[in-house]
Amino acid sequence: MTEQKERELYFWLRLIREFEGRVSALDRQGKIQGGVYSGKGQEAVVVGVCHDLRPDDWIFPLHRDLGAFLAKGADPNRLMAQIFGKRDGFSKGKDSFLHGGDFSRCIFGSTSMLGSTLPVAVGTAYKFRIGKEDRVAIAFFGEGASSRGDVHEAMNFAGIYKLPVVFLCENNFYAYSTPNELQFAVEDVADRAVGYGFKGEVCPGNDLHSVMKAARKAVDRARSGGGPTFLECKTYRYHGHSEHDRATYRSAEELITWESRDPIERWEVYLEKRKYDIAAIREETGTKVKKIVDDAVAFAEASPHPEGPEAMEDLYATPITEG
Amino acid sequence: MPVTYIQAINQAMHEEMARDENVMLLGEDVGVLGGAFKATEGLHEKFGSERVVDTPISETLIIGAGVGLAIQGMRPILEMQFIDFISCGFDQIVNMAATLRYRHGGQTACPIVIRGPCGAGVHGGLFHSQNPEAWFFHVPGLKIVAPSTAYDAKGLLKAAVRDDDPVIYLEHKFLYRRIKEDLPEEEYVVPIGKAALRREGKDISVITYGPPMHAAVKAAKDMASEIDIEVIDLRTLLPYDWKTIRESVKKTGKALIIHEARRTGGIGGEIAARIAEDLFEHLDGPVMRLASKDTHNAFAGPMEEYIIPNQEKVTEAVRKLAAY
Ligand SMILES: Cc1ncc(C[n+]2csc(CCOP(=O)(O)OP(=O)(O)O)c2C)c(N)n1
Repeated sequence: MTEQKERELYFWLRLIREFEGRVSALDRQGKIQGGVYSGKGQEAVVVGVCHDLRPDDWIFPLHRDLGAFLAKGADPNRLMAQIFGKRDGFSKGKDSFLHGGDFSRCIFGSTSMLGSTLPVAVGTAYKFRIGKEDRVAIAFFGEGASSRGDVHEAMNFAGIYKLPVVFLCENNFYAYSTPNELQFAVEDVADRAVGYGFKGEVCPGNDLHSVMKAARKAVDRARSGGGPTFLECKTYRYHGHSEHDRATYRSAEELITWESRDPIERWEVYLEKRKYDIAAIREETGTKVKKIVDDAVAFAEASPHPEGPEAMEDLYATPITEG
Repeated sequence: MPVTYIQAINQAMHEEMARDENVMLLGEDVGVLGGAFKATEGLHEKFGSERVVDTPISETLIIGAGVGLAIQGMRPILEMQFIDFISCGFDQIVNMAATLRYRHGGQTACPIVIRGPCGAGVHGGLFHSQNPEAWFFHVPGLKIVAPSTAYDAKGLLKAAVRDDDPVIYLEHKFLYRRIKEDLPEEEYVVPIGKAALRREGKDISVITYGPPMHAAVKAAKDMASEIDIEVIDLRTLLPYDWKTIRESVKKTGKALIIHEARRTGGIGGEIAARIAEDLFEHLDGPVMRLASKDTHNAFAGPMEEYIIPNQEKVTEAVRKLAAY
């Protein structure tokens, strides 16, 4: 990896953390309506998976993947406006958070129904296959969502047709308050891939190197006609399920253990080992990401609220006219 | 040569797939078998297994994958082997497909058609004879069509395929082989959103769709010396053609809505309310409904007959309304 690339990756990790941190702060100030699901702690997964994708590869993020939007190139200003429910958001205020995707960046907006984007990702991958396009679709989901029928149906179909899709499971050990031992009886969710006829891989999700390596392998396999991969990244969310959840169901020790595996600090240690001036890099990056996020907030605040009647727009592609 | 309703559906798919290579078909047994009812006969042979896809038994997958294909520029037709199974893909329809354009602020469309055999009258029992339109009638972002003639079956399916919005296409299996007519040689489409005036009359407006349309027209002919019935075939249920209903009810002053779907929570209630709200001063009697009884479509012949509307019940309802 070149020095420039290593620094770039550091920038993405920091930008995502700064952006999410600001969203959480704005939420505490009561400036954001609706749910905020912080992905703090999971940055290495989204960066590791998204940074090497091509612009025309598609991602299907879930509620905690704000970072995937950024890493895939979504405009931070519009993303913040989206979170504010303003007219310049991807939804033009129709919905908030990650329910509006950015088609210009090949990012699909999710619904709130966990796992529901997987069949859509698989349909997209089917098109890539029949169109003989060497593009891939990445479907993100939590280990909790992996219990849904949608997930099973999508993987089964992808297995049959060896579709160019990566099923990216972010295993952060809790689905809201429910721990994994109450979600499934397997240790690794990736084991389920066997039942669909493709490979399951497990990787430490807080280690950017590992995620990048595993993701590259899965993406290359998909792109070259080798079919789907179930890639499970073991990671951890620092915050509660949403900002309103104090996560009293987990222990302080557990949190401390995971904080000692922080993906950003880990990358800093690596950069240090490479003998870069980490103090300077840290400061320079800090200034840069803070400015981007400041600008995004200013943009979002200045963006107009939609007018009431705009609620009737964008419902149909061929509008209905009343007689 | 006369063409049956189901042949008309088959023709529409043949023509649309030949016209536009982005049109494709996904469903259970739609390929080599040609569909459980043969609606997709010949398509696999002609267009190959990449465009005519036999799927696992996965309604959620069929509809969700259809959305994924649609955002990549395809125009998938998604077959439910029986429309009853559409409930297994409910979330993908109401939350995924119906909201897609809206929550993306107009960045995309969702040109999918979900079609499948609906309806009673063939002893399908509880799970093979449902009329699910009311489940979806409540959902903005969807369109629902329900042809009653072979001409419309073909023309509306072609329109549905070309439409950029998600369309639920309800084909009535009772009509599959009972209805036959000569179709034009040349290409045509039946626009979504327009009702058909099947018969002009000045005494009573019967607003209907699907098999009861045929019962209503027959009743109108039989009763012609007594009561002059106007029959409106809605064809499109969402959006329904209010203009045609309004003009007709203004003329006749009496409205009877007939559908095979059950009465409570059915779309007839919505149309009745709209007539009562907007046309009160034109009315000459109560807005009435004839629909299936509020129960499941029972299997045994006498029970099924008891539940669904037929010509006799239409005649009775018309007389009752005419008496006001
Ligand atoms: C179908 C469905 N059921 C329930 C919920 C409510 N819900 C939202 S997030 C969540 C937990 C999700 O856990 P997981 O998939 O592991 O993702 P994580 O939040 O841990 O990232 C639940 C139960 C939902 N959104 N959708």
